Amino acid sequence: MEVLIASSTKEICELLAQDHSRQLLAGGTDFMVEVNYGHRDPSSVIAIDRVPELQNWRHDEDSVIIGSCVTYREIERGPLATLVPALAQAARTVGSPQIRNAGTIGGNIGTASPAGDMLPVLSALGATITLRSSDGRRDITLEELITGVKQTSLHKGEFIESVRVPVLEGPQEFLKVGSRSAMVISVASLALITYPKTHTVGIGIGAVNPVPTRARQAEEFIVDYLDWERMQVNSSILENFGSLIAAASSPIDDHRSLAAYRHHSVGVLGQRALTRIFTPRGPND
Amino acid sequence: MTKDLKTHLKVNGSEYKIENSWLRESLLFTLRERLGLYGSKNACEQGECGSCSVMSDETLVCACLVLTGNAVGREIQTIESLAPDGSMSVIQQAFVDAGAIQCGFCTPGLLITIQDFLESNSDPSELEIREAISGNLCRCTGYGRIIEAVRLVSRATQETEGTSDDNS
Repeated sequence: MEVLIASSTKEICELLAQDHSRQLLAGGTDFMVEVNYGHRDPSSVIAIDRVPELQNWRHDEDSVIIGSCVTYREIERGPLATLVPALAQAARTVGSPQIRNAGTIGGNIGTASPAGDMLPVLSALGATITLRSSDGRRDITLEELITGVKQTSLHKGEFIESVRVPVLEGPQEFLKVGSRSAMVISVASLALITYPKTHTVGIGIGAVNPVPTRARQAEEFIVDYLDWERMQVNSSILENFGSLIAAASSPIDDHRSLAAYRHHSVGVLGQRALTRIFTPRGPND
Repeated sequence: MTKDLKTHLKVNGSEYKIENSWLRESLLFTLRERLGLYGSKNACEQGECGSCSVMSDETLVCACLVLTGNAVGREIQTIESLAPDGSMSVIQQAFVDAGAIQCGFCTPGLLITIQDFLESNSDPSELEIREAISGNLCRCTGYGRIIEAVRLVSRATQETEGTSDDNS
């Protein structure tokens, strides 16, 4: 195995253009497990986690642009946690401090695991992913990028450069179900993003479909029942709302959970997230 | 690219010559099996247990999840650096005093983790301690005495700071 340590995005482009089969290495938290267990032994690895352009993030009035090698640790605290709190909440649930110090947002996207914790948030936020290669850049949505379980539409020689998400406009929530509070892979997860200016919401669900999914029917349904002045929601429709979210899922049975439980719990997460932001009120309240 | 750098690994302030064939290994394997630094323990090789925790460029990571080739050019600190002259660090002594060691397998990883944690938070709550050590599995103690050890260090630090404040 040859290990090449890239120092710029231009260098990554050149190294990938020379040989498309080169493996990119960011935080290593997924890749190294496969190496340790003998499941992967690429002949050439490009370590990209010391490339300054990929380690940085910036923001303007409307959006935050996060380099692909920004770690969970950096997302979970500080200014990023204020700008995109749901992403910070999700980052804080990833693995342990050790894992969050190493793992990156670009790695979470590129690995494309159905249980990737950044993914429902990015989905709910309508994130744009910037891909880079020696041919230039192109922007695509997360839904266009992640095409199946651990499958992406990345072209040969292309890598994830950055992620663009809107800055906080209203309250955001991320919730995750797992067997303990730390070091746990999602059984089901959900992100709820509110947009008070347009009176709309974004809902992303994770670990309940092969790919990150927006619960669009639930998004459209709920807007008629939200009181944005008082931040209240009509409590009689909560169950319907949960059912519409569950209907957007098609989970599987596996060693972590059962499909039926995942289906049920993602609906509960939706109701819980909603009522953390909007106070439920009955007709007599 | 700095190809010539790849022949050395900097661990605990010392430069170790490494062979090209080691670059494909995990840093944990290189530390233990090539360099004879057995303090970092190998249990899961998937980042679940934290017993191989080391500092890489002042960042706490699992050595099993670091590719040796990508540790080149970084400063690695292992448990062996904690008290190099054979004496015990404050945290090590607190582990002994609190009875936080049973089989001892998780101890090196916990010591590295707690040292890193207390540097950024010298007066943590129990919840903060629990979150900080959430990536270090201990199957003996039930964590109670480990948390007590962290408290001992934290209390001693607060008292020292308090004393120096009084004197100023």
